[in-house]
Amino acid sequence: MSVSFLAVSPVLVPLGTAMLATAASRRPGLQQAISFTGIAALAVCALMLVAQASSGVPAVAQFGGWVAPFGIEFVVDGTGASLVLITALMGVASLLFLVSDADPGPRHPLLLPLVHGVLAGVGGSFSTADLFNLYVWFEVMLICSVGLFAIGGRVDQLDGTFKYLALNLFGTMLLLMSVGLIYGATGHLNFTALGEASAQWPPALGLALLAALTLSFLIKAGAFPLFAWLPASYHTLPAPVLALFAGLLTKVGVYAVLRTLGDVFSPAPQMLYEALGWIAAATMITGVLGAAYHWDIRRILAFHIVSQIGYILLGIALATPEGHAATLFYTLHHIVVKANLFLIGAIVWALTGSYDLRRIGGLYALKPLLAVLFLIPALSLVGIPPLSGFWAKLLILREAIAQERIVWTVAALLVSVLTLYSMMKIWMEAFWKAHPDETWQPARVRLGAAYLATTGLAAVTLWISVSPQSLLGYATAAVAGFGR
Amino acid sequence: MTWALAAAVWISVALGLYLALSRDVLRCVLGLAVLGAGANLVLFSAGRIGSTQPPVVPLGESVLAGAANPLPQALVLTAIVIGFALVCFSLVLVLRLIERARTDDALALREAEPEPTDPVKPPLPTREADARAGGAA
Repeated sequence: MSVSFLAVSPVLVPLGTAMLATAASRRPGLQQAISFTGIAALAVCALMLVAQASSGVPAVAQFGGWVAPFGIEFVVDGTGASLVLITALMGVASLLFLVSDADPGPRHPLLLPLVHGVLAGVGGSFSTADLFNLYVWFEVMLICSVGLFAIGGRVDQLDGTFKYLALNLFGTMLLLMSVGLIYGATGHLNFTALGEASAQWPPALGLALLAALTLSFLIKAGAFPLFAWLPASYHTLPAPVLALFAGLLTKVGVYAVLRTLGDVFSPAPQMLYEALGWIAAATMITGVLGAAYHWDIRRILAFHIVSQIGYILLGIALATPEGHAATLFYTLHHIVVKANLFLIGAIVWALTGSYDLRRIGGLYALKPLLAVLFLIPALSLVGIPPLSGFWAKLLILREAIAQERIVWTVAALLVSVLTLYSMMKIWMEAFWKAHPDETWQPARVRLGAAYLATTGLAAVTLWISVSPQSLLGYATAAVAGFGR
Repeated sequence: MTWALAAAVWISVALGLYLALSRDVLRCVLGLAVLGAGANLVLFSAGRIGSTQPPVVPLGESVLAGAANPLPQALVLTAIVIGFALVCFSLVLVLRLIERARTDDALALREAEPEPTDPVKPPLPTREADARAGGAA
């Protein structure tokens, strides 16, 4: 089989864009144009990948003339293709948002190249079918994201960067060691070959190796108790980049857990799924409690990333085709909703000048449409019917109840109530109550592009809400090939 | 030889973890660098050590026997390059952080998350902190 350009496009297109954008860093207008062209090209490639994966034949590329189990292979199946598409969508939304006045201040010339670098790392992780290559894409993501953290240069950003870097660096080292040991045990790195080889290995060895591998992915995913880097650093980022990170980065870790435990090494030892389920429950609860404490919109939302990761991990822990389909459905819904909430938070900041809920208010009287725009993703995150989050939670909980995992189900339901509490806190404080300063006037800023980006994402959420069956059908078909 | 390598991995991982857990941020980064060296050794030994023959198929033959496994060497080379770049970046980052924050104690570094003064609510940011929060990308 030859190298299909389509299978490599999730990496090549953003990398090419990043290089061109770096070359054009002295001319902001040209750089902006290159950046938009690049993200549009990525979106087109992603649509073609989804179309090809839906036809049942995933796009495949093998490099350097080495056939399957020896060379590095890219396979973009239904799961990978849908995630690449949502990645491109997030890129479009956050680049569009960058144009508006909601992100003022001088823009660093390396901002756009680094954003495309992150997209390349994310796209590569979703496309590759090689364990070591997956590690490489995690490193690409890490180095580009620490770059995005550090280019602001403020002391709180440097502090956040250090905490982000130290814990993530530890995670990648653990990942590298586990990859090395798995290669030592099986002699393979290709996903298909690993799946066949892992059926032969002694159970105790398999348990130890997979536990180490999963642990390293869980650090990346921000699961309990390894999520400390996330709320410590995310709120120091500029808003559009923050939305991109919140939507995508932790989800790559979750995808890696799904791919390894759900697909490549499936069925893994039962103890791992059991442990993952308890970790998922603890992640949900601790995340939502952290969010309940905070008054800064960004910090509330950052803790909700952690909390929602718990639901997605629960779907993986259930380890059935229904659970996997629910996981994919939840991930796709969650990426859109989460990024949108951060972008709306940034609009609130642009209008009021503060992220702290104690300082702001009165936005409902002033901007009722913005309030409605906030309610769509906020209530979807909580899981109020008929919004997309309701269907996602229904799918996960139905499978949990079918497997008689009552404790996990109760934890998930309880966390939903607490999620409602913190979303209502933002609603009451930022939108409903009067502004604490009676002479306050909203800032005069151009927000057209920001509204376009957030409305677009809200439209995607509404589309999932009204026709969950089409997305569920796609997700079920996408995970049908898992574990073979 | 395998045991010597195992001992080297053990020492570098123990040393790296000890340093990485230090409150001194510079030590922490150096510890992560040593830990990375340990990880690279694990990756290298995954291909089994023993043979030192280069993996080149002799002229006129089609089968390679008794040569060293080239794949882990390629992998470890990749990992070393990536790890070196990250260590360089983190050293510069930490030096700048110490310079700007005027402390190298990880517990005193609370710039991103100020210490709470009220037991119920987190500290209220200053107006200046609000003004620069969303901008200055």
